[in-house]
Amino acid sequence: MAIIETKNLTYTYPGASKPSIDDVSIKVEKGEFVLITGPSGCGKTTLCRCFNGLVPHFYQGEIKGEITVAGINTLDHHTYEMAKHVGLVFQNPENQLFALSIEKDVAFGLENMGTAREVMRKKVDLALNQTGIYDIKERSPHEISGGQQQRVAIAAVIAMSPEIIVLDEPTSFLDPLSAEKIFDVIYRLNKEQGITVILVEHRLDLTAKYTDHLIVMDRGTVRLEGDPREILSSEETKLMGVGIPKATLLYQMLKKEGLKLGDKTPLSSEELADEIMEVLSSK
Amino acid sequence: MSIFDGLKFRKVVSPIHNLDPRIKFIYVIVIFIVAILFNQIIPLLILFFMQLPFVFLAHVQKQWIRSLRGAAFLATFIFVVNILTTYFMSNYTLTAVNVESAAAMTLRFVVLVESFSVFFLTTSPDHLGLALEQSRIPYEFAFAFTTAVRFVPVLAEEAQTIMDAQKARGLELEKGNILKRIRNYIPILIPLIVSAIRRSLELAEAMESRAWGACRKRTNLYELKLHRGDLVLLTITLGVLAIAVYVNLFVSIPTLSSFF
Amino acid sequence: MIETENIHYSYPNKVEALKGVSLTIKDGEFVAIMGQNGAGKSTFVKHFNGLLKPSSGAVKIDGVETTKSSVAALARNVGFVFQNPDHQLFSETVEEEIAFALKNFGFEPKVVEERVTWALNLLSLTQYRKTSPFLLSGGERKRVALASVLAWNPKTLILDEPTIGQDYEQKEKLRQFIMQMQTQKKTIVTVTHDVEFVAECNPRVILMKEGKIVADGIGREILTDPAKLELSSIVLPQIAQVFAKLSAFGFPKDIIDIYEAKTLLLQTKERHSK
Repeated sequence: MAIIETKNLTYTYPGASKPSIDDVSIKVEKGEFVLITGPSGCGKTTLCRCFNGLVPHFYQGEIKGEITVAGINTLDHHTYEMAKHVGLVFQNPENQLFALSIEKDVAFGLENMGTAREVMRKKVDLALNQTGIYDIKERSPHEISGGQQQRVAIAAVIAMSPEIIVLDEPTSFLDPLSAEKIFDVIYRLNKEQGITVILVEHRLDLTAKYTDHLIVMDRGTVRLEGDPREILSSEETKLMGVGIPKATLLYQMLKKEGLKLGDKTPLSSEELADEIMEVLSSK
Repeated sequence: MSIFDGLKFRKVVSPIHNLDPRIKFIYVIVIFIVAILFNQIIPLLILFFMQLPFVFLAHVQKQWIRSLRGAAFLATFIFVVNILTTYFMSNYTLTAVNVESAAAMTLRFVVLVESFSVFFLTTSPDHLGLALEQSRIPYEFAFAFTTAVRFVPVLAEEAQTIMDAQKARGLELEKGNILKRIRNYIPILIPLIVSAIRRSLELAEAMESRAWGACRKRTNLYELKLHRGDLVLLTITLGVLAIAVYVNLFVSIPTLSSFF
Repeated sequence: MIETENIHYSYPNKVEALKGVSLTIKDGEFVAIMGQNGAGKSTFVKHFNGLLKPSSGAVKIDGVETTKSSVAALARNVGFVFQNPDHQLFSETVEEEIAFALKNFGFEPKVVEERVTWALNLLSLTQYRKTSPFLLSGGERKRVALASVLAWNPKTLILDEPTIGQDYEQKEKLRQFIMQMQTQKKTIVTVTHDVEFVAECNPRVILMKEGKIVADGIGREILTDPAKLELSSIVLPQIAQVFAKLSAFGFPKDIIDIYEAKTLLLQTKERHSK
């Protein structure tokens, strides 16, 4: 059974002339690592907020269609009920941390849910360890770097043991090295804990390699969905203004000129280099 | 402003810093009450010097002195007003007792400032927030307090960035008459306010996403426990209150000038 | 011309952010300053328009020391576009926003009108002339901020992290825009950590670490040197990563351009099939 399913989901913000997401029907299986991308304004941010109920409960507006997350119809349940199943990590690290110490921030969600102190202590320590920030747990959010702040946000979300975490462009403000560290944390949570991950990103060169379920949106609708190797090779994707990884582009360019490197479209520099090395060694 | 320096928390390890803020606050309130009870200078002098051991134990002498310096202006004002009022009210006469009275009023003000100063110098915002959370005050207020404190440095930095951005577009904040100068702050205030609104929206989203409002009885990761030092302070506080009330009711306090 | 002579800078809280930085940027150059967050890049470029004055050493713009000038006077020639446009926008209409700096600099009303129209046109914002900047999308607001700085036509343009939060198409437009500014002989300094963007522009690259310059050279040399990049927590651009792994096969290591890579690999195939 799919852990997330939407059927003809359409949502219009209050006062807007047209819907931000239009007739979106997607299915996400448990344990998947889904990547959502598309040009600015395509509706991916709005879609994220549908998964935990912020849309429509926080934003009001008009919603049509069906959406079921972890077996729950989000339209009929409060956001705080969804919080136990879906964690949402936002773009700006600074505006997700409210407490005066990291530890207290990670405990925030558990405190809200009325968790007993001993249980809370264990869950907080576990989350801190899983994101590699246990040794800075007593620092204040203002003293740490953006990359560390995002890891606190992730820890705060996984402390509540959700089945799904949704991350909306979590590395926008981070340098490439910090971004890679974040993706590594997310990838391990997916592979080792089995948490379903939905990642919204522009930086496909850093993230395409993690997923086998890519969704490309444009102007509120899902234009392409499926295997990233196929989607990132298509002309349509390029025309939409999606940032195709250079390794993939180079593979395509060489293929057009008659040099076919391998059967698999590479999504990363490692994959492309491996294919080139194979071709060179075989000759 | 140096008076505000005397209120900023200083991170130092001292027995005073570790005391439960609730007990410290009770102490400050009692000092407040006792200071109001007496208008003679001798008890107020005793009250003033009683604060000193706390100041030294907490290693906050420098900041504390700065807060006194900041209070000096208002203190002088209070003294002068008192003197003048007595002077005019009693037909242009001024006795030693009158001067002593005015000094006592001034000292009362100073005692209040210094006791609050010691409180804020030795209590971290986290500790204060925790105390608020574990008191009878609704959680919303404690949360508003800690969040506000958390974002003060962020807002300060943002204000500086906005000023830089507008200066880089030729805005000159120091030029012009008073009206122009006030108008010059509009390009600073508007982005600051808009940014604050955007920030609150993002914070609200994050709060909702982390189960805000899930249940009526919120739990807490930390727990404030009373230790031996807190009980000692509590005893001292209640003792001071008891003695003060007794003295006020049954003992007549001489004026300082009666000794000379 | 921008010259900094062994400048040191310490913040009021005594933290030393710049520890002896010397650099010369000639007119018309395109320079990218890169490095980890906290390396001192933004602190450094804020010296170019006098927002910050060095604790020791001198900063000279066209031969004049910045300590002898006000920020407003320096800003006439050095335009600074900040990272977050929301830190600048405050007017009721886009038109007023663009006119703000022009009025501050004392331009005549007729000239202000011309300049505003020119800037709106340049950044495809004419349709939004009477719109409130707060109603525009993130990308549009960035363009308004850029237009408001270009309006007074400064000789030098400083862009602080211009690619943050932008999608691929927006970054492409920005890159083309920068090339356009270059043909107009403007000096362009951009602070960024976007390696792919810098790889596509191939400017002069300066790497900073802990308040010092650790590397200074052409894009393709600096961006393909793993030792240098590791010093400043930057990653190799993807094309360079591929060739770094192929070094055992005799490929050159300084490839960052995709077309050059293609040509090189096709040539290798030719040679192999012979």
